[in-house]
Amino acid sequence: MTERILMKGNEALAEGAVRAGCRFFAGYPITPQNEIPEYMSWRLPEVGGTFIQAESEVAAINMIFGASACGARVMTSSSGPGISLKQEGISYIAGAEIPIFYADIMRGGPGLGNIAPAQGDYFQATRGGGHGDYRVIVFAPNSVIEMGNFPRICYELADKYRMPSMILADGLLGQMMEPIVYDFEPIDPKDFPEKDYLLGCTEGRERRVVRSYDLRPGYLEKNTLKLEKKFKSIEENEVRYDDTNMEGADLVMVAFGTASRVCKSAIPLAKEAGMKVGLLRPITLWPFPMKVLRQIADEVEHILVVEMNIGQMVEDVKLAVEGKSQVHFYGRPSGSVPVTEEIFEQVKMILKK
Amino acid sequence: MYQGVIMSGFGGQGIVSAGILLANAGMIEDKYVTFFPAYGAEMRGGTANCSVVVSSEEVSSPVVARPDTVIVMNEPSLHRFESQLKPGGLMLINSSLVAAKPKREDIEIVFVDANTIAEKIGTLKVANMVMLGAYSKKTGAVNVDSLIKSLPKVYKKAKEDMLKKNQEALRKGMEEV
Repeated sequence: MTERILMKGNEALAEGAVRAGCRFFAGYPITPQNEIPEYMSWRLPEVGGTFIQAESEVAAINMIFGASACGARVMTSSSGPGISLKQEGISYIAGAEIPIFYADIMRGGPGLGNIAPAQGDYFQATRGGGHGDYRVIVFAPNSVIEMGNFPRICYELADKYRMPSMILADGLLGQMMEPIVYDFEPIDPKDFPEKDYLLGCTEGRERRVVRSYDLRPGYLEKNTLKLEKKFKSIEENEVRYDDTNMEGADLVMVAFGTASRVCKSAIPLAKEAGMKVGLLRPITLWPFPMKVLRQIADEVEHILVVEMNIGQMVEDVKLAVEGKSQVHFYGRPSGSVPVTEEIFEQVKMILKK
Repeated sequence: MYQGVIMSGFGGQGIVSAGILLANAGMIEDKYVTFFPAYGAEMRGGTANCSVVVSSEEVSSPVVARPDTVIVMNEPSLHRFESQLKPGGLMLINSSLVAAKPKREDIEIVFVDANTIAEKIGTLKVANMVMLGAYSKKTGAVNVDSLIKSLPKVYKKAKEDMLKKNQEALRKGMEEV
């Protein structure tokens, strides 16, 4: 597929997962992510895969748990309310160290909220989301191209570290259309890496057990410390971010997803008004780009965090800069998308111009 | 070149598909494009609108807060988007269905009798293409040939006869302005 085609973010994501080798999808409908299961329902049978419209979100997450434990590349998707229901399963999967990939196409919350684009699930995604000590690798695309190409990376990292990985995108990214080209050839499930923990036929090998509990004294602690080591290695090696216009900036904006695009559109306005404004866009929300923010804080007086919520990522930014910069926040929660001029006004206010 | 467009009308008037067609046409001209539909509880007879950006440079924000052009397919859309249009912006109005006139004097207003023209072509369904043809001629954001080339890509299930009517509607729309 070298020709650029116009695709909806949700469909690009679904196609990207299939091209990355996804052969088992279980989900339950919710706006604004319905195009994902809809696409999977006809696309997966074409490649010999399985699509299941589950009876509930809880069923869906446990179905992909089982399918992945047997070696399939799996996926589920939902929006905030459904992802909340899936947290029990995600925690079990993290405990059992089984790779899965899922997407949260965020809508306004809390509660049933609305169906408009929002970023209120940042805490839930980056802190694990369910009970217990665990993390989930979180990718935050900001274009349809990234919606389509990130699933492959998510699968590779999930396999590498034997853990859940996810895409966290607001409803706008799911619903918008943009041209896309895939940057990888379709992956044949036959080419997946060997896994020595999979369930299935025991003939000629020892019995294997996949589980998330261990009642023997001390054993669970040992296991969780092993997870901690894994998470530290991810924080060391898998951070991704994008930056724009950082050279000599007086103020650096920090934003992800749709908010980062709106922030980017404010840079030329600021430039025209004689202000040097840069943008740091975390691509991985966990692991979070702590180090680069620390470096920015050494040089830049003002950091403006823009989110489509009432302030979630801003806490990570504050943790990273440890008071060395002034951290400002501007948020539009529960379904409102900021516009360029709003961001520009904030910048002017902070720089007092 | 930057064109932020809002198209708005009743559900069933082909607002969303016209928006996708415009975005597709921009794409095959190697321009940067984004399309974003209003995706509330839309239904036939309800309101529908979408935002399209066609630009020679990377589109930072797909959110069109201050459109350069508003294509108005029904009366509620006129009232809803009149104030958002940029000063000096273009308002293309389907005069077959819109009796009211915009109050603003700092915008360019063009009336197109889209439903009547579409009916003469043989189906009301192509009124959206009449407006899009007029839009492409008026703004030059995309070439009408790119719109025509995009038709089979966007209307994948359309029969030959219907594609022809859409083509004709695009051309007739151009002749109107």
